[in-house]
Amino acid sequence: MKQELFTITKNEKIARDIYLMVLSGDTSDIVHPGQFVNIKLEDQYLRRPISICDYDDKTLTLIYKVVGVGTEKMSSYKPGKVLDILIALGNGFDTEKSGFSPLLIGGGVGVPPMYNLCKKLISESKQPTVILGFNSREDVFFEEEFKKLGANVLVTTADGSYGIRGFVTDAMKDINYDYFFTCGPEPMFKAIEKVAKTSGQYSFEERMGCGFGACMGCSCKTKYGNKRICKDGPVLLREEIIW
Amino acid sequence: MVNTKVNLSGITIDNPIIPASGTFGFGYEFAELYDINCLGTFSFKGTTKDPRFGNPTPRIAECPMGMINSVGLQNPGVEAVKNIELPKLREVFNKPVMANVSGFSIDEYTYTCEALDSEPQIGWFEVNVSCPNVHGGGMSFGTSPESAAEVTKAVKKVTTKPVFIKLSPNVTDIVSIAKACEDAGADGISLINTLLGMRIDLKTKKCVIANKMGGFSGPAIFPVAVRMVYQVYEAVKIPIIGMGGVSSAEDVIEMMLAGATAVEIGAANLVDPFASRDIVNNLPAVMQKYGIKDLNDIIGGAH
Ligand SMILES: Cc1cc2nc3c(=O)[nH]c(=O)nc-3n(C[C@H](O)[C@H](O)[C@H](O)COP(=O)(O)OP(=O)(O)OC[C@H]3O[C@@H](n4cnc5c(N)ncnc54)[C@H](O)[C@@H]3O)c2cc1C
Ligand SMILES: Cc1cc2nc3c(=O)[nH]c(=O)nc-3n(C[C@H](O)[C@H](O)[C@H](O)COP(=O)(O)O)c2cc1C
Ligand code: FES
Repeated sequence: MKQELFTITKNEKIARDIYLMVLSGDTSDIVHPGQFVNIKLEDQYLRRPISICDYDDKTLTLIYKVVGVGTEKMSSYKPGKVLDILIALGNGFDTEKSGFSPLLIGGGVGVPPMYNLCKKLISESKQPTVILGFNSREDVFFEEEFKKLGANVLVTTADGSYGIRGFVTDAMKDINYDYFFTCGPEPMFKAIEKVAKTSGQYSFEERMGCGFGACMGCSCKTKYGNKRICKDGPVLLREEIIW
Repeated sequence: MVNTKVNLSGITIDNPIIPASGTFGFGYEFAELYDINCLGTFSFKGTTKDPRFGNPTPRIAECPMGMINSVGLQNPGVEAVKNIELPKLREVFNKPVMANVSGFSIDEYTYTCEALDSEPQIGWFEVNVSCPNVHGGGMSFGTSPESAAEVTKAVKKVTTKPVFIKLSPNVTDIVSIAKACEDAGADGISLINTLLGMRIDLKTKKCVIANKMGGFSGPAIFPVAVRMVYQVYEAVKIPIIGMGGVSSAEDVIEMMLAGATAVEIGAANLVDPFASRDIVNNLPAVMQKYGIKDLNDIIGGAH
């Protein structure tokens, strides 16, 4: 982990309440897709954890949803603003286990970490299928970006206003896959857990005090002992999770 | 050149900066980031007789200028602290460390302290009396002079190292409790632990913290902490470790003027992992700015 200063180069709305922020700075600490950053915002005491959506040597891309005071403030930031960021937190996804045809399932703001993961899997010559789950047409983002990477992409909306009507699990039924990776809300996880046919990895959220393993604010019990979502997670293996 | 060395119950520490229990783990998360030997010492995670998972999550809530935590003393238990954490710590920290101990009965306190007393790296005990007494109807040991004194006496009997009693601010008269601990043989007083707090989420209309209440800390509690250190300094002769919201070298000096011999840094480590190191580094310049040559000259200087 490093504490780095990043400069915002872009911050724009891409769907209902959803913003894409691009920042420039040193990303050399990132080792796995699914790691996250913890951002200091002025006037907020605690940092805000946000998944790394994508990165290259000098730029970092984040996608966030405005849900409260901190993300609201983030949405008002203009290019040029400098942010204090703790970068490359958590374990991230392990792509070695993926098999040839992994399934990636992102729900809402669980979609962003799937993007760099998808990129990595394709660079490893694998053929991922991506299911993106949203509530409604206005919420959909990044369908084209995933397609451009070369992935097979399915979009579901709960109200049927776009793509397949229903939940990500409705789209999972007819797909063959060797392994799965998912990030999204817990009700979605529970639905996936009921129908998933293979092993997989789930990326969890928890309220965090520090984000780097010092406070024990984010602990959970697993079959392999107590883990901190921020340091030993956020990604847990299907086999170890106690639902 | 300024002098930042202070003497804490017979052990001289290079500077009075001590990361507070529960915000620094057993040191090695921070040792990955900087050389933690720059610190005066640090107080390790509250250790109990048995391993504890702690409270359900969410355990953390944000507040203006602070945070609430309800970790619930998650720790691996005293055996694992002796056999796993302390050997790991030795590899990255070569100074005496402060052992923070918690318990839910007098027997648990004495068991844990006795088990740790023989550990060569432990320089001091810091006994957290904010825990509920399971035999006393769940009231915290720290809420009455009698029960705080009882813990002090019992721990002093089984230990050879200096014992600091860490007091809870959630009491009507902290001075009488501090005095009772001094009379019972405490070598020093640490204060303050967190203030009881609560946040409610307007969207869910429920408490943010799973356990509803938690401990409030951070810069917002600094004035309360300074006031309590000041009051306790007037009443006791033993050294005081002051804490609560300290986030800068200026805060350290203010706390020492109130009466602290050393100062702990808590929540600040969580939002800025380099906070304690930066405070150590900034201290000499801030001393110079205020014409302070030796920190020992300012302890209790505001009285
Ligand atoms: C590992 C991880 C990765 C995440 N990645 C993303 C992402 O890529 N995009 C995105 O939009 N969101 C993501 N989140 C959720 C994001 O952290 C919260 O939406 C954000 O902190 C809300 O802040 P706020 O001030 O707007 O909300 P408020 O409700 O005002 O926040 C109050 C406090 O609660 C915390 N909090 C609130 N909601 C959450 C939550 N769901 N998870 C953890 N803490 C929360 C805040 O950090 C803050 O400390 C992630 C969370 C985690 C733990
Ligand atoms: C996440 C967290 C965990 C804590 N755990 C302990 C603990 O195990 N034992 C203890 O005596 N105090 C514990 N504390 C209290 C701190 O040591 C300190 O007394 C308090 O937070 C006030 O200092 P601050 O405002 O600088 O945080 C904890 C505080 C926090 C924020
Ligand atoms: S948030 Fe502090 S340990 Fe995970």
